[in-house]
Amino acid sequence: MSPLAYILQKEFKQIFRDPAIIRVIFILPIIQLILLPMAADYEIKNINIAIVDRDHSPSSNRLIHTITSSNYFRLVAYSSHFNQAMQNIDNDRADLILELPSGFESELYAQKETRVFLAVNAINGVKANLGATYLRSIVQNFNNDFRISVLTPGRFNDLPVIETTSSNWYNPRMNYTFFMVPGILVLLITMIGLNLSAINIVREKEIGTIEQINVTPIRKTHFILGKLIPFWILGLVVITIGFAVAWLVYGIIPLGSYLTIYLFAAIYLLAILGLGLLISTYAENQQQAMLISFFLLMIFILMGGLYTSIDSMPEWAQWVTRFNPVAYFIEVMRRVVLKGSGLADIRQPILIMLGFAIVINYWAVLSYRKRS
Amino acid sequence: MNSKAIIVENLTKIFNGFTAVDGISFEVEKGEIFGFLGANGAGKTTAMKMLCGLSMPTSGSAMVAGFDVYKENESIKKNIGYMSQKFSLYEDLTIKENIRFYAGIYGIRPELITSKTTLLLEQLTLEKEANLLVKQLPLGWKQKLAFSVAIFHDPQIVFLDEPTGGVDPITRRDFWNMIYDAAAKGITVFVTTHYMDEAEYCDRVSIMVDGQIDALDTPGNLKSSFQAGSMDEVFLQIARKAKRSE
Amino acid sequence: MKQFYHFIIKEFYHIFRDRKTLLILLGMPMAQIVIFGFALSNEVKNAHITIVNQSNGAASMKLVQKIESSKYFETYNQTTQTSDIEKMFRKGTIKVALVIPPDFDKTILAQNSSRLQIISDATDPNVATTLTAYLSIIVADFQKELNQPNSIPYTINVETRMMYNPQLKGAYNFVPGVMAMVLLLVCTLMTSLTVVREKELGNMEILLASPVNPLIIILAKAVPYLLLSIINIITILLLSYFVLEVPINGSLALLFAVSILFILVSLALGLLISSVTDTQKAAMFISLIVMLLPTVMFSGFIFPIENMPLPLRVISNIIPAKWYFIIVKSVMIKGLGFSLIWKEVLILTGMMLFFFTMAIKKFKIRLS
Repeated sequence: MSPLAYILQKEFKQIFRDPAIIRVIFILPIIQLILLPMAADYEIKNINIAIVDRDHSPSSNRLIHTITSSNYFRLVAYSSHFNQAMQNIDNDRADLILELPSGFESELYAQKETRVFLAVNAINGVKANLGATYLRSIVQNFNNDFRISVLTPGRFNDLPVIETTSSNWYNPRMNYTFFMVPGILVLLITMIGLNLSAINIVREKEIGTIEQINVTPIRKTHFILGKLIPFWILGLVVITIGFAVAWLVYGIIPLGSYLTIYLFAAIYLLAILGLGLLISTYAENQQQAMLISFFLLMIFILMGGLYTSIDSMPEWAQWVTRFNPVAYFIEVMRRVVLKGSGLADIRQPILIMLGFAIVINYWAVLSYRKRS
Repeated sequence: MNSKAIIVENLTKIFNGFTAVDGISFEVEKGEIFGFLGANGAGKTTAMKMLCGLSMPTSGSAMVAGFDVYKENESIKKNIGYMSQKFSLYEDLTIKENIRFYAGIYGIRPELITSKTTLLLEQLTLEKEANLLVKQLPLGWKQKLAFSVAIFHDPQIVFLDEPTGGVDPITRRDFWNMIYDAAAKGITVFVTTHYMDEAEYCDRVSIMVDGQIDALDTPGNLKSSFQAGSMDEVFLQIARKAKRSE
Repeated sequence: MKQFYHFIIKEFYHIFRDRKTLLILLGMPMAQIVIFGFALSNEVKNAHITIVNQSNGAASMKLVQKIESSKYFETYNQTTQTSDIEKMFRKGTIKVALVIPPDFDKTILAQNSSRLQIISDATDPNVATTLTAYLSIIVADFQKELNQPNSIPYTINVETRMMYNPQLKGAYNFVPGVMAMVLLLVCTLMTSLTVVREKELGNMEILLASPVNPLIIILAKAVPYLLLSIINIITILLLSYFVLEVPINGSLALLFAVSILFILVSLALGLLISSVTDTQKAAMFISLIVMLLPTVMFSGFIFPIENMPLPLRVISNIIPAKWYFIIVKSVMIKGLGFSLIWKEVLILTGMMLFFFTMAIKKFKIRLS
């Protein structure tokens, strides 16, 4: 038996002897996978609107009715004073205020042009933007209807009309969980893998067992592989559990092949675990190792393309995400699970990840020093 | 073949301008029990770590088991055993698992591991406890086990860094019996200690002060040349000169 | 009290000796606030679009130009084959496609009516909806331009004002969120680790054997992190004000006071975690479960809480970061005073007291 076999045996025993960790590895992903996707709903449907109506005319009433009967808006306040509406914005009860000035209707008839004011709480940019967009299109539709009802018929199609139809591929019902569940699974295995491996070697440093190891003729590669392989297997097990949950709870079955995902996951885990071990060889104690791995995790997660779109980031940040393994995996998941992409489609991310895995692990072996 | 187990010349280690070990030279014969004494902070552990290949010397030369500490430190490791100050077996593994693990890394054949393990557990009278986690053992047992693991692969030399710290006198006696047994099998023993009665058990003793070796001889010769009744007195006379302490 | 002081001094020595950790603790929040402040935004822009222009007339060219000049879209891989769209989606190179049919220019001239098709990659429904909406607006504008000569009667103009954040900067939303996360990280994780570390290395017994009240020992471990966190708040606020140009519209003193309150909540949480765990690994994983993901998900800084199903909205209430996030947004960006945030402050205070009491209780049980 090679020394590696003994190292593996020892690492496995240590992992399975710690009930807390087993719980964390197997139960945590299940709970999080069930809970978190429900929270992750960006879809803007309940936009809270406060309306300030100073006109009180049949037209203003009709416009208000059109808005409130749409699916997007919920009327939370109706008043004649802007200040009252503003209070609703301050305490977050309303997201936007629509003000219909007095003379709204009379100007529309008399001067053929009138105005409404829209004030949006823009701290959360996306909500602000979408809210304003929806509202404008509702007003536009209202406007068209109004025009048709007023203008004399017979001049039909005098103005050019472009009709747009839109279709949403891969997820026609715009189901958010299809997108979030695989993404959260990626985050979970990244967190578990990176943290477990990051504190592993450094823990041996802290309790002193590393010295006993260093005084043996153990090969550095064997030592690193001995740390890597058990977590690698665990990671693949967690992914399997994750897919089981995704299927049982959300009915998510990848359009593409599981094999493609597992192939990528296998390489991905090598890169992530290698990174953890690298942190572990540099850190002096577990605290340091955890701080660094949390720091990296936050960057990986927030810049991984799950929560915010990478395309919208500034140039330099997009460049940074090219070194973010999470971004690659989330993208691959999205393609294979929802679009049915095959190996050929994801060749590039596979090669890049392979490159990461090799460089990082080679570096980890180099930076692990048996002699100070 | 050389009859020396360890040859050290002018070995020096400097950490960030601090000279922990300052040009020490000595030789250790094969099969000898060599006591390596010194006050806390005298540089004993640093010197020992250089010999074990755990720490890179700044200058000087050293041959351990016939290998150069600079270039052949991995070959040295095959031929030595080491037991550090800090208890360093895995507390979350059982006695048997610890033995098996370390034996495995040294590349001992599986059949041999099994038979030797049975023998060892018998000698230590730990057969019943074989599947107990190490953390459940009392300290004295842990130390004995650590020593047994350190010499399980029959090394030429074993390095012991304060192996009997914190154990009771009876266990210390047992422990020294184990050391004698090992020496009788031809293993060179290199041991640091705080206990001066233990120094008396050594074949030869060196005493380090401020990174240098101030005295090196058999306990008997040291006592007579310092006109002291015990090693304790010898040590006090030498150690008093120390400028640095912990 | 004097003992307490000495213990605090000792803890400070520990932290200042460990330069690497100190550097990480102080440098990390700065790096994060700058990276996230600049990089993250909920806005969708520069989305890759492919325009399948099968018409190639004057009007369609004009429409293409209009889309190209928008900041929301970046054209990618022009093609005239609709079959290419599928390939591009699968490779992930585009997010949306606009198909201009061959008869577009002809019909718009002859019949004043024409059709367009938008196809979006809805794997990310949010991006898909947003992009479809943006495209529709551009098309509507384009339609208006075609009409320019004869202005349309009976028009309702919508004048929009973006309050608090006229440039729709992501930083306004993310700075408060990142503040909450960083403070949690430093306080909760580090405090729980330092205390548990003593247990793991067996020093706890030695400390407990001393005649000092064990609670003093444990509290003393939290104090240096309180100070470090205050330094972190100052650097974060300086960076966000001067570098990210996020205004501080409300009272700085109030902002500071609530931040200290939030730090105390996090410290108490850290102590509570350390009282129920024995290894740093376990403490870390609990911190991970109660902190990182739930804070990202439930504090409201990424996903709107009001969209969540009821049970999750209830859960979100127990996430301290949610309340802190609301307070920081209110004070820092909306410039509100204490009278409008007292409820949130009260909740955080309650949480702090609860965590502290629980931690002390647990420690007492263990120690006796």
